Amino acid sequence: MWENFVRELARTMNEIIASFARFLPRFLEMLVIVVVGWIIAFVLKVLLRSVLKITRFDKLSEHTGATQFLRSAALPSLSELVSRAAFWVAWIGFILLGVSVLGVVGIEQHVASFFGFLPRLIVALFILFFGLLGASFFSRAVLLGGVNAAVPSPRLISWAVRTMIILFVVSMAFEELGVGAHTVIVAFTLTFGALMLGLALAFGLGGKDLAKSYLERRFAHEKDETREREDELSPL
Amino acid sequence: MPDGSILSDDFLRELINVGEVDIVVGLPTYNNGETVGQVVQAVRAGLLKHFPRARSVIINADGGSRDGTQDLVRAASISDLSISADFHALRTLHSISTQYENGPSNGAALHTIFAAADLLQTKACAVISPESTTIEPVWIDRLVSPVLHEDRDMVLPVYRRHKFDGLLIRNLLYPVTRAVYSCTLREPYPSDFALSGALGSQFLAQDIWTQEQGRRGTELWLTLSAVARRFKLLQAFLGTKARLENPRSDLVNAMRETAGILFSSLDSFSSIWKESQPRLDVPCSGCQPAVSLEPLRLNRKRLHQMFVFGVSELEPVFLSILSPSTLAELKRLATLPEDKFTYQADLWARTVYEFSAAYHKAVIGRDHIVQALVPLFRGRAYTFLTENREAPAEQVEANIESLCQTFERERPYLLQLWDGGK
Repeated sequence: MWENFVRELARTMNEIIASFARFLPRFLEMLVIVVVGWIIAFVLKVLLRSVLKITRFDKLSEHTGATQFLRSAALPSLSELVSRAAFWVAWIGFILLGVSVLGVVGIEQHVASFFGFLPRLIVALFILFFGLLGASFFSRAVLLGGVNAAVPSPRLISWAVRTMIILFVVSMAFEELGVGAHTVIVAFTLTFGALMLGLALAFGLGGKDLAKSYLERRFAHEKDETREREDELSPL
Repeated sequence: MPDGSILSDDFLRELINVGEVDIVVGLPTYNNGETVGQVVQAVRAGLLKHFPRARSVIINADGGSRDGTQDLVRAASISDLSISADFHALRTLHSISTQYENGPSNGAALHTIFAAADLLQTKACAVISPESTTIEPVWIDRLVSPVLHEDRDMVLPVYRRHKFDGLLIRNLLYPVTRAVYSCTLREPYPSDFALSGALGSQFLAQDIWTQEQGRRGTELWLTLSAVARRFKLLQAFLGTKARLENPRSDLVNAMRETAGILFSSLDSFSSIWKESQPRLDVPCSGCQPAVSLEPLRLNRKRLHQMFVFGVSELEPVFLSILSPSTLAELKRLATLPEDKFTYQADLWARTVYEFSAAYHKAVIGRDHIVQALVPLFRGRAYTFLTENREAPAEQVEANIESLCQTFERERPYLLQLWDGGK
């Protein structure tokens, strides 16, 4: 019995040593992939940071209002954030690649789904960035147009335009990511619908006199004394 | 450089029938039926009286008028002049009307006129506004003769105008052109002017015709381009400028045509104006006092209100454009009651220079920068109207001169802003 025990123990030890011997090269392979991955990700980060600096990406992010937001949250600039994100995405990709080399059952599937998710993540980030850019541009255009046409509360209108575009963009980004797609779309539809209904009621009830005088001026050519006087100014 | 591609086949055929000419007079029109007839008659009289031996053609480039402007031009061209008994044409005076594509746009009209002038190898090309109802035949002589006989490249007008007319020109274009380009031009945005065939061909070769400056404010761009490149310019006193019954009240568009083009020129010609260059001497032929004082009813209160409203509502936009000290000063101004409000010349000069630098650096969309200047200009216009309400002509001239000197004094600030921080 003692002999049997010793034999089994020896066999088990041999098996452990054999599997460790089989595992060690793969583990080293994984380490090499992770280290090389870190180097590649680091180079990618440096390269991306330089490219974004040359292309004045931070200027663009200032236009979107993203810089101000990041500053208020004590975060670094958007180009720094993007290059850091690229570093981490690349390195995590390499780590997962390295882990898949170990041959752990089921890990390949997770690695594949991670790489399948990457393009969608990038598209979502693009949508978000250009959406914010559009929101900033259009809200500023509305603000300037409103101020120069002496429309009451131009900042409120501008804020409403900005909020609607951001809501729309965020819902698109979430849909692209597949995160709570239906919930976000339903939430967006409800918010947008409620906002429109609210505005319709507000303008319909609160602004009927304004609308009446506008229509009279527009179609009945009623003279506006104040405007007529200012029109006598000839700027050119 | 011949550029026949923008000329229609029919127009080209008519130009070929005319052959080479000495003088082209261009009339860019769009729905100017009320005034164009008398302008064409005056142009014809001017050509027949002052240039009877010259081969001349009147070219009307129309932007698609629906009020029969083109018919009126044709009719005025063939009708007997009431003054014709005094004039004897030694050559046929041709007159052609064409409709350009992508209209209406003054830039496209000028492009068509210059292309036609280039094709006809003209020596002098004058452009007359169809709204210049105060035109006299002698205007053609004053504009064209210096080009033909004195070897001038471009002749710009000086008008007698009401003291409150052309506020954007008096408060923005004239002082900035004088301070930055070292050139005294009373009307940098001319509606009537003349240039040599050679300069017209150079303008034609510029790649502006598909860009913003080739669509609107083109006359200003061409003038600034001639100033920056130090061409031989002359100013000619023409007389009283017609006051439109319904002046263009859209200040935002006027701002795009003036400030937008001015800032764009500063951006394009920065390598030229940043170097200190000798003052460009632009003599004025026949100049007389240029300010008239007829009573005018103006609503200053509204200008003040719009300034205050603009400063309070546009603060987030101004944060990107203006320096903190200028913005703080403007906010302080906006709190003052109407009777204590004064937008001083030095603050206005700094504001304009900060806007130019912001445009150059494109801190936000460039069109937005130009639009944001509108409420501030209203504040400056209010101060100009208040300062000069009771002022005689000499005092108005002195105030404008003082404003120009302030812009000149502040010029180093623009240079500092241009390459540095906000």
